[in-house]
Amino acid sequence: MSAEPKRAKPGEFLFVGLFFAISVLLLTQIGDQAKFSAKGKLFAQPAFWPGVGVIGMVLFTGLHLLTHMRQQAKNGTGAEVVIWLRAFEFVGWFMVYVVLVPRLGYLPSTVLFTSLLALRMGYRSPAMLGWAAASGVAIVVIFKTLLGVKIPGGALYEYLPDGLRNFMILNF
Amino acid sequence: MDLLLSSFDILARWDVLIALVVGSVGGVIIGAIPGVGAAVAIAILLPATFSLDPIVGLTALLGIYGSSMYGGAIPAVLVNTPGTAVNALTTYDGYPMTQRGEGRRALSLAYSASFFGGVFAVVCLIFLSPMLAAIAPHFGSREIFLASLLGIILVVLAHRGQILIAGALACFGIWLNTIGLEPIQYSKRYTFGQSWLSGGVDLIVVVLGLFAISQAIVLLVDKNRAPRTGTLSGDLFQGFKELFRYKKVASVSASFGVLMGMIPGVGEFTAQFMSYTAARRGSKTPELFGNGAPEGLIASEASNNAVPAAAMIPLLALGIPGEALTAMMLSVFYVHNVVPGPQLFQNQMDFVVALYIALLVLNVMVVAFLLCSTNLLLKIIQIPTRFLGVIILTLSFVGVYSLRNSTIDCAIAAGFGVFGFMLKRLNLPIVPIILGMVLGGIMEAKLRTSMMRVKSPLDMIDRPIAFILFLLILVVLGSHVWRMWRDRNTTENQ
Repeated sequence: MSAEPKRAKPGEFLFVGLFFAISVLLLTQIGDQAKFSAKGKLFAQPAFWPGVGVIGMVLFTGLHLLTHMRQQAKNGTGAEVVIWLRAFEFVGWFMVYVVLVPRLGYLPSTVLFTSLLALRMGYRSPAMLGWAAASGVAIVVIFKTLLGVKIPGGALYEYLPDGLRNFMILNF
Repeated sequence: MDLLLSSFDILARWDVLIALVVGSVGGVIIGAIPGVGAAVAIAILLPATFSLDPIVGLTALLGIYGSSMYGGAIPAVLVNTPGTAVNALTTYDGYPMTQRGEGRRALSLAYSASFFGGVFAVVCLIFLSPMLAAIAPHFGSREIFLASLLGIILVVLAHRGQILIAGALACFGIWLNTIGLEPIQYSKRYTFGQSWLSGGVDLIVVVLGLFAISQAIVLLVDKNRAPRTGTLSGDLFQGFKELFRYKKVASVSASFGVLMGMIPGVGEFTAQFMSYTAARRGSKTPELFGNGAPEGLIASEASNNAVPAAAMIPLLALGIPGEALTAMMLSVFYVHNVVPGPQLFQNQMDFVVALYIALLVLNVMVVAFLLCSTNLLLKIIQIPTRFLGVIILTLSFVGVYSLRNSTIDCAIAAGFGVFGFMLKRLNLPIVPIILGMVLGGIMEAKLRTSMMRVKSPLDMIDRPIAFILFLLILVVLGSHVWRMWRDRNTTENQ
């Protein structure tokens, strides 16, 4: 719950505008993307609820754009977009981590990920880097070793000696 | 008595006790760290609890939910930074008290008010149970549809000043939930010919993206901060004695918490503001509010801690979550084929009572932990925010990937992470998306079932509870239109 800002934040108008455009696009696709047969009641049509959703999206965002036109921020939209784009760097880090886990294994990938990302975020002291690596180990031990969450063993583990390989696949 | 014994039997297991300890202690720690919050922690832990018994998983999550606000009061009082969003009002009076050298008193009052609010709500819940058990079976498909509709309307209207965008985001949630195979005729909806979309968009993936990954990105993109705190000396018991002096404020505030917690979509913020306003009105020193009034601190903490227990009422009795955290918990019920709603009260009352007892025990454990370890928590508050971002991003992976080892799920969660990041940057609400997804699914199923039995639209409201719910919807919408008209007139007159 928050009070109405006197002036919208930089980028809000662009964000809502994009949301509106995508909503309109989705609405134009409803005939292709959801079934609507001549028989049967309206509420039982497969297209009914997606229709409720996209019509609501178009209606509400359209009204928001109309009523907030005068409140849009004059400056700062470009800078805000740059900040939005910076988020993709961390999405990239995350996705590389996702790809690495089934290859290198959960423990090595996590320790590598936490240590390198901590380095990227400006932590240079051995203590902080040590904490980052230790946090990685702790996360793996808590979730994989103790809670037994379903994360497959890494392909790299196949090169380990027999006893150690099974131990690593099961626990790390 | 049999019911009570049966409930204790459910709880008297080592794994439930461990879940209670981990949940309550973990919740306090998570709540005390500004920038994390219960939603992030629950989102991350949710898939891990799927492999546990429902009572074990739910007590752990309830522990985090119920105790995070206790922890959130610490940075709110000592460093003017609320640990969780709902502790924001605590800073108004807690921090000024710290500034005049009364930090220990403020913290002690916050703990005692939180404890009072938490226990008061559980006691209310226990007394309300027979009534709920009697009313809940009268909720058929149409009543649950109307209650869900009321819930979604309240969630949207609760975002004053952002109603249009909240409405759009709730509709986005409704639309998201329809992606994939439609459950009756098995036709595809909005899959764009992509086989990976046939299974739909998983709620947990969206929750993790919107709450956990987005929060990690917020912390990683923002400047690094590490709040500095001193240490506290002396005992923290004095607040419990002092609370007795303000028993009226504490009782009224906790009652607001219970009442607002029960109504879907309203929750902690409304409860807090209502109890704070009531406390100021009834105070002999209203000028102190915002400058370190003990009553203000008590009003804020007692009301917000009463909400978690009360929020379980619509979830357990009707299967309708009132806010994002109970929506997440609903998925734990579904995974274990425990369907919350009228049948739960009729067939598994001992399970419900066991949850109440767990909540009660949880409050005692949290206070005991806080009284012993506040100085340790002060060190945890000092963790640098960017480092926290690294940890949350790492933990988000476990949450998403452990669901079904899918890289696509991770990519979708990352996409929602960026979307949530943009919403957070713009101060736009996230909760309507989650409730749109959950309540949209319930509404679709219940409307279909109920419309099969009605011949005209009026038949939808020909039963007493359905009629009352319909009237409530009209009253809520009518009062909103009236308020808009009044605000417009006031603005024009000015």
